[in-house]
Amino acid sequence: MSDEIYLDNAATTRVAPEVFEAMKEYFSIEYGNPSSAYRFAGNIAKKVSEGRTIIAESIGAKENEIYFTGGGSESDNWAIKGVADALKGKGNHIITTKIEHHAVLHTCEFLEKHGFEVTYLDVDEFGRVNPEDVEKSIRPETILISVMFANNEIGTIEPVKKIGEIAKTHGVYFHTDAVQAFGHLPINVDEMNIDMLSTSAHKINGPKGIGFLYIRNGVKISNLIHGGAQERGRRAGTTNAAGIIGFAKATELANANMQETIKYESRLRDRLIKRVTEEIPYSRVNGDLENRLSNNANFCFRFIEGESLLIMLDQKGILASSGSACTSGSLDPSHVLLAIGLPHEIAHGSVRLTLSKETTEEDIDYTVETLKTIVERLRSMSPLYEDFTKRNVG
Amino acid sequence: MSQVTEYSEKVMDHFSNPRNVGEIENPSGVGTVGNAKCGDIMRMYLDIDENQIVREAKFKTFGCGAAVATSSMATELVKGKTVEEALKVTNKAVMEALDGLPPVKVHCSLLAEEAIHAALWDYAEKNNITIEGLKPPVNDIDETEKFYEMQG
Repeated sequence: MSDEIYLDNAATTRVAPEVFEAMKEYFSIEYGNPSSAYRFAGNIAKKVSEGRTIIAESIGAKENEIYFTGGGSESDNWAIKGVADALKGKGNHIITTKIEHHAVLHTCEFLEKHGFEVTYLDVDEFGRVNPEDVEKSIRPETILISVMFANNEIGTIEPVKKIGEIAKTHGVYFHTDAVQAFGHLPINVDEMNIDMLSTSAHKINGPKGIGFLYIRNGVKISNLIHGGAQERGRRAGTTNAAGIIGFAKATELANANMQETIKYESRLRDRLIKRVTEEIPYSRVNGDLENRLSNNANFCFRFIEGESLLIMLDQKGILASSGSACTSGSLDPSHVLLAIGLPHEIAHGSVRLTLSKETTEEDIDYTVETLKTIVERLRSMSPLYEDFTKRNVG
Repeated sequence: MSQVTEYSEKVMDHFSNPRNVGEIENPSGVGTVGNAKCGDIMRMYLDIDENQIVREAKFKTFGCGAAVATSSMATELVKGKTVEEALKVTNKAVMEALDGLPPVKVHCSLLAEEAIHAALWDYAEKNNITIEGLKPPVNDIDETEKFYEMQG
């Protein structure tokens, strides 16, 4: 693995050595259940509590507003289904966008089968949601607005603060899927008027299987898992102590180095985008160049298909992902690329490269050179490219 | 992307080292099948001699790993065969020769079969002959028009 260039950090990240170190003893030495009464569990309960504080403070929340979950998808599901259930007597309308993660989209589709109405807002060509569209879509029966903080495929950062203001003015709950933003961008739930926020630890060098849902005190939401008193009785199940402790450590590290990381990654990302779009003909960058996650680059290469590109990159030691249909197991390419207006044909030829602070300039340059060779090779095999060049000559 | 790791060694071999990539000038028959919208287009060129034997087969493919591998295998399977024999190279034969395909990729082998048929149809039309059991190809590549209008 050490020889590979890992450019899929939006999919998951390596657990930081400090995080692993912090977690270790809570598996085999201090393995007690934090809910137990004896002293053996006392330290671990204290550690969990400290972890909750670290995480709460990182987004300007209170400790009793952080509910640990199994990750981002669970948090999204809970926020949307929980509010829908709690407020079904008040209204049945939810506003979201066409570029949300499937954890949000499929949850909304599920609710549509149960009598809820969902507005899926369009985005512009850069993947930006227009706050005015959000406001115009609000009806008396609207109970929830759910707009992601930053998009996982194309990296566009949404105008969350403006949407939060609108939601507050109209007295509608605002949930944001911040799985790609937490630990990558400064977040303050009060300044941004966020009522609920979903995160996942493994996107910020924490362990898999742990995330949280921030729920502002006073928000009406049904409990997720019925059982014990964990997470204030709202999400029962034995506390994932080691996971929480690791997540807290990862949060600490991410926040301590946030500006530095953003600066470092942005420079490499911009180099990658500049070189690819300048040196590979018929390529384009997807997403917003200004309001963009510092680690995200997403390209389309005309006349070629994404899965072939990924396999060839893999053979050259570069690990990436694609929005092509072939990698999603469906016939349609990425819903995000379609939502920004790309035709299917172009969307099939996409590749997402997501960097980390471990990525080097050499990695970027090797990736560009490799991409040039692979794109050229695949185009030489492509009947679409053959037709295109013949048309242009003839 | 689990389906990629499910590719057999033969599929990976034919993807990484595809046989017979390219074009044939003045081919006896050429056929293009598939649809850019769905992400797969195959074009097959055949050179067929006066004894109705396939002397040369070449292909170009826009598509996933399985699409490239099935095209490559299809060209290998039709080479040296008579027109009648080539017509009997089914998607199943292509799949078997590749030691199978992941279930979501079976359509690629169907496309390879269609590409052979489309090229044979073109050959039959050019030579004014009828090949028993050969049906006209379904042309569904119109979507590509939009593709050319896009500026990268």
